[in-house]
Amino acid sequence: MTVSNKHHRDSRLAFWMLAPTFAVVLAFVVFPVIWNIWISLKPVSLADLRGDSLFQFNLGLENFQKVFSDPDFATVLLTTLVYTIGGSLLSILLGLMAALLVHAEFRGRALLRGLFIAPYIAPVVAVTFTWSFILDPQLGVFNRFAVDHGLLSQPIPFLSQRWFNLDIMGVGFRFPLALTSVILFEGWRYFPFAFLFILARLQAMPDEFYNAASVDGATPFQRFFHITLPQLTTVLSTLFLFRFIWTFNKFDDIFLLTRGQAGTKVLPLNVYDYAFGQFNIGASSATAMVLFGILALFIFVYFRWGLKIEN
Amino acid sequence: MGILFFVFIVAFPFYWMIVSSLRPLEEILMNPANLGLDIHKIDLSAYYDVLFDHGFVRYILNSLYVSIITAALSVALSTVGGYAVTRLRFRGQSFMSYSILIIYMFPAIVLVIPLYVIFSHMGLRDSINVLILVYLAQTLPVALYMLRSYFKTLPLEMENAGLIDGCTRFGVIWRIIIPLSAPALASVALYTFMIAWNEFLFAFMFLDTPDKFTLSRGVVQMAGSIHLSKQLVMAASVLITLPILFLFLFFERYLVRGMTSGAMKG
Repeated sequence: MTVSNKHHRDSRLAFWMLAPTFAVVLAFVVFPVIWNIWISLKPVSLADLRGDSLFQFNLGLENFQKVFSDPDFATVLLTTLVYTIGGSLLSILLGLMAALLVHAEFRGRALLRGLFIAPYIAPVVAVTFTWSFILDPQLGVFNRFAVDHGLLSQPIPFLSQRWFNLDIMGVGFRFPLALTSVILFEGWRYFPFAFLFILARLQAMPDEFYNAASVDGATPFQRFFHITLPQLTTVLSTLFLFRFIWTFNKFDDIFLLTRGQAGTKVLPLNVYDYAFGQFNIGASSATAMVLFGILALFIFVYFRWGLKIEN
Repeated sequence: MGILFFVFIVAFPFYWMIVSSLRPLEEILMNPANLGLDIHKIDLSAYYDVLFDHGFVRYILNSLYVSIITAALSVALSTVGGYAVTRLRFRGQSFMSYSILIIYMFPAIVLVIPLYVIFSHMGLRDSINVLILVYLAQTLPVALYMLRSYFKTLPLEMENAGLIDGCTRFGVIWRIIIPLSAPALASVALYTFMIAWNEFLFAFMFLDTPDKFTLSRGVVQMAGSIHLSKQLVMAASVLITLPILFLFLFFERYLVRGMTSGAMKG
């Protein structure tokens, strides 16, 4: 058999071996993305889905006009950014702290490493319901415990109140309570992701660095800032990229915690609300396109001007 | 100190989920701040109610069906696909590898509306098998990616010997690749199982008929009824979490490996 003949046969075999994967991805990822562009340019309501009007050629930019002229659009976008950046940074910070704590050699370390992954792999439905219950103003253990023990004068509705007024030494200011709560939830649920990557990086670092620095009399803080942190910049910036992307389009967590009420409405919630609150599928698709566009822009900027990415 | 803080914030919600599911409703109403669990007052009725009155036996079976089929198909297709990508030469090879990564970045929230529209139009939306196909599309690229990097580390000598001895390509995969890749295959199976088991968005949007609900969908449906006892919601949460925590206790090693190779997104 000639070489080119074998090559040809390999190609054919590879094609058939990859065909099922290719077909599934084409049908359920690539096609919907293209189909979404089509829908976003048409007036489509929830009632139109059965009819043939879906395929009519009546394109226009009305849906995008509607999305951008929504008086809440700017607020939603701002909330999305605060939620995304806050949630990403908090989860990475907590992951870093946990990794530094677990990195030191001690008994039961493997057990702890296992335990710390639990928030990330538990079903989102179960953990959001549990946290809503814990933070509930009437029946929640957090508020009741704090009130009973005099730590709080009255229960705090963590997930249902938009603003919280704080008075520190006569200076009053307010901060977004429910939004802060969902950001804290993000930190809790996703720190294991950062934890595992940072821990892996820490364990790959040679001990000599530390020993040398200790001999030179460096304090733990100096060691952290001058030795550990510089070694972690790549993994930290990669983590931020991934967490940013995934938090930016996260729907489940906020939907299950607050339904987007009390100042926690983010863009993915808008996608849902247009479709099933206002029965406007076209505007919903357009919102998804906007979300996708912002994400693409972020990735572009990140790779063009941001830090270099580990493979 | 720091360790204790982390142990507390991680373990407490799970502890509370279990304790609350075992505590009678009056106890939850009368004494919400009681942190302990009185062993003499353990009340399993919530589990009975959830399983038999709220249809959770059915939801568990549905979730098992969806997750096992998704995991099995994912492993099978990505093994064959991963072999093709690493061992066969063909045009568009690097394009394939590249597009896997790009597809990995596509958010579910962007896919869900167009899929909802087309499935509704075709009358396919409220179907558990269509849901499996959607999950496959979510898991296959990553599964393929994970196995590709693993297969690259396997020595070629044995495979070449097998081919010379007259094995077909599929024979090589079956007799050589699969036995050598057991840990990686276990990782992929676990992850795809877990993703399908935990998935909420597509199940929530697509499934209408209670007979077809997965656990995630069922819990949300049940919690939506207004006058529902928290004990029931917590019992349902325990039921959906327990299988995952078991898998995770027994296969922690594979899970950590899978996670650091990018198995989960979200």
